[in-house]
Amino acid sequence: MQIALRARKRRSRFMVLVFAALCAAFALSLVPLSAATADEVGTDEYDFIFSGNVKNDGVPLEDVLISVSGNGYEAEVETDAEGKWRIGVPEKDTYEITLDESTLPDGVIVAEGSATTEVEFGLTSNKSVNFFLGEGVRVTVSFWDQLADRAVNGLNFGLMLALAAIGASLVFGTTGLSNFAHAEFVTFGAIAAMVFSTYLSMPILIAIPLAVILSGALGFVLDLGLFRPLRRRGIGIVQLMIVSIGLSLALRYTFQYFIGGGTYQLPGAGAAEINLFGAVSLTVTDMVSMVVSVVVLLAVAYWLQRTRVGKATRAISDNASLAAASGIDVDRVIRIVWILAAALAGLSGILWAYFRPGIKWDMGAGILLLIFAAITLGGLGTAFGALVGSLVVGMIVEVSTLWIPSDLKYVGALIVLILVLLVRPQGILGRRERIG
Amino acid sequence: MDWGQILSNTAAYLISPETIAYALAALGLALHFGYTGLLNFGQAGFMAIGAYGYAISILSFGAPWWVGILVGIVGSVIFAFILGIPTLRLRADYLAIVTIAAAEIVRLLFTTQAFDEYTNSADGLGNYHAGFRAANPIPEGTYGFGPWVYNETQWWVRIFGILLVVVAALIVWALMRSPWGRVIKGIREDEDAVRALGKNVFAYKMQSLVIGGVFGALGGVVLALPSAVVPSVYVTSLTFFLYTILLLGGAATVFGPIVGSVIFWVIMAFLSNALPQMVNAGLLPFMTTTQSQVLRFILVGVALMLIVIFRPQGIFGNKKELTFVK
Repeated sequence: MQIALRARKRRSRFMVLVFAALCAAFALSLVPLSAATADEVGTDEYDFIFSGNVKNDGVPLEDVLISVSGNGYEAEVETDAEGKWRIGVPEKDTYEITLDESTLPDGVIVAEGSATTEVEFGLTSNKSVNFFLGEGVRVTVSFWDQLADRAVNGLNFGLMLALAAIGASLVFGTTGLSNFAHAEFVTFGAIAAMVFSTYLSMPILIAIPLAVILSGALGFVLDLGLFRPLRRRGIGIVQLMIVSIGLSLALRYTFQYFIGGGTYQLPGAGAAEINLFGAVSLTVTDMVSMVVSVVVLLAVAYWLQRTRVGKATRAISDNASLAAASGIDVDRVIRIVWILAAALAGLSGILWAYFRPGIKWDMGAGILLLIFAAITLGGLGTAFGALVGSLVVGMIVEVSTLWIPSDLKYVGALIVLILVLLVRPQGILGRRERIG
Repeated sequence: MDWGQILSNTAAYLISPETIAYALAALGLALHFGYTGLLNFGQAGFMAIGAYGYAISILSFGAPWWVGILVGIVGSVIFAFILGIPTLRLRADYLAIVTIAAAEIVRLLFTTQAFDEYTNSADGLGNYHAGFRAANPIPEGTYGFGPWVYNETQWWVRIFGILLVVVAALIVWALMRSPWGRVIKGIREDEDAVRALGKNVFAYKMQSLVIGGVFGALGGVVLALPSAVVPSVYVTSLTFFLYTILLLGGAATVFGPIVGSVIFWVIMAFLSNALPQMVNAGLLPFMTTTQSQVLRFILVGVALMLIVIFRPQGIFGNKKELTFVK
């Protein structure tokens, strides 16, 4: 099956956002039509103005044909030497604005499906219109190549999701808490890596382990200072969950307090992609990230299966009272679980900062529900279930963009979460008794 | 430091549309969580459906304003059924995760470019006010005293909202002294015991979810009345702020959510006015004015933790009516 698709190398980096010119306050020109240049049509007759600035990668594009139609009115305009255009329209209503792709220079295309947009005025009588341009040629990529590319991305995303989800799942298993602050551990790891590498100018290979250790320390401090005292008080799980929500809000806004609302990059982000096979191409950081995820996940699996503390963790997940009665120091094991969970989440945050790419104060909150979806899908409280669930969720999120708009890609995973609870609430690997 | 201006701006939030909208939505949550024990984390979704139901039916289908409100209500009832049928049998924390996921789905559907024609995607909707303002019985002019001086449109929004809150509070109060309310509270305390008495627990929970959801939708409508509907408002944090309000006032009370909303917004308004001025006056040398605005939300998170840990019954609540699952 061959589907004509435009080559989109990967995600948004490829598309260059063309900022529309900021609408200058519309000065009513008293000079009649003679003042109108080629880049302005109808701006003298009508009060309502669409305007824009066509640029590709900062270079203005001249003589690009823009047309407006709607409400029985039609007009065309060509951009001037600065890439600017303005079109006046008679009514404050919705119009269809089209950028004629054939007038673009060779090698420049409009983002898929956005050459024609429906635009309507907001509160003012000026409206700027953006077109997303990027380099590229119209080529045909087979459906299977697309699928392979998405699936590899999904695997990568699923692996880093698994790092975060296993920790959340272990915490749920041992303490019964659905920890909403887990998302903030993810953000914390990424921010710590940024602080060590960018602000303290350490090499990234030292900054990342330090950030992971610091994340673990955060888990330790939170267990010692907050969750252990609450366990001692015998606080209910719902109460504990709401405490974790409060903690999540407090931490998230603390991050914003310190780093503001911007997006930051770790050193080495945005490296060139290497074509592996077919349409599948990955950056070196992508490949390193996948290897790191797999190695760490195997180490966690070994720890759970073979070591004393790992076995104790599973015993507590199974039956905490029985574990305590058989001489396991429950508090100590839970402390280790908190440290491990926070450290893994921090590592996942660092890897995700490369994958997205970028660090933002609320980045963790964006995948919190995917983490929950993963651990629910796999079976709440089972570590290996969380791994399987994460891979499935990662795949669903990335592969579903073949059929649905990419701004809806998380919806697929969330619907799966709801469907799983409907059909098989114990998850893929869970046991029946866990149903509420 | 201009204390007069700070206090006047703060006092304005006693009856601001935000305060009223949050009070309505929190009343719905009180019914869900406080009385029935349903851990609904998707109240933001109900509010979004109310607001968008109102705006879209006016803008895209030319409906009168009161039909818009009815559409919002019907939409929230349908959402409650879609949400409730699969999830009301689940344990409390499962229900929480499903409802939060459903609310996020709703928000993403309103945000996506795919339905831009109706929702105007991330930019949101505006300019649907004509019908509601035409129905304003207040003659043109400026009324009020002190910090509460508004024109006829602003008063109409506030009075309409307050009427809705009063009606909703009366409904909750009346329901809770009825046999229906006793069954609902029984479900919260011990579901199995109520089932053993031959009551259809599932049906009662669903009725509670629907009624509380309608209050949430009305809250969304009130939030939409003064200016615009923007999808980024209906994030999960909105639900968490509602929980802060609810737990502050008292989860299983009628006045708790209303007073909680007033306290929440008055404190937020006070901090948002006082902190930047304190920064500018050099009293807080370690932060900028932007940071001082973020500080408010850190305090909300800390407050939520402290309330849940130290006074889970809230200001008005009864310690015996602790609504948390053990």
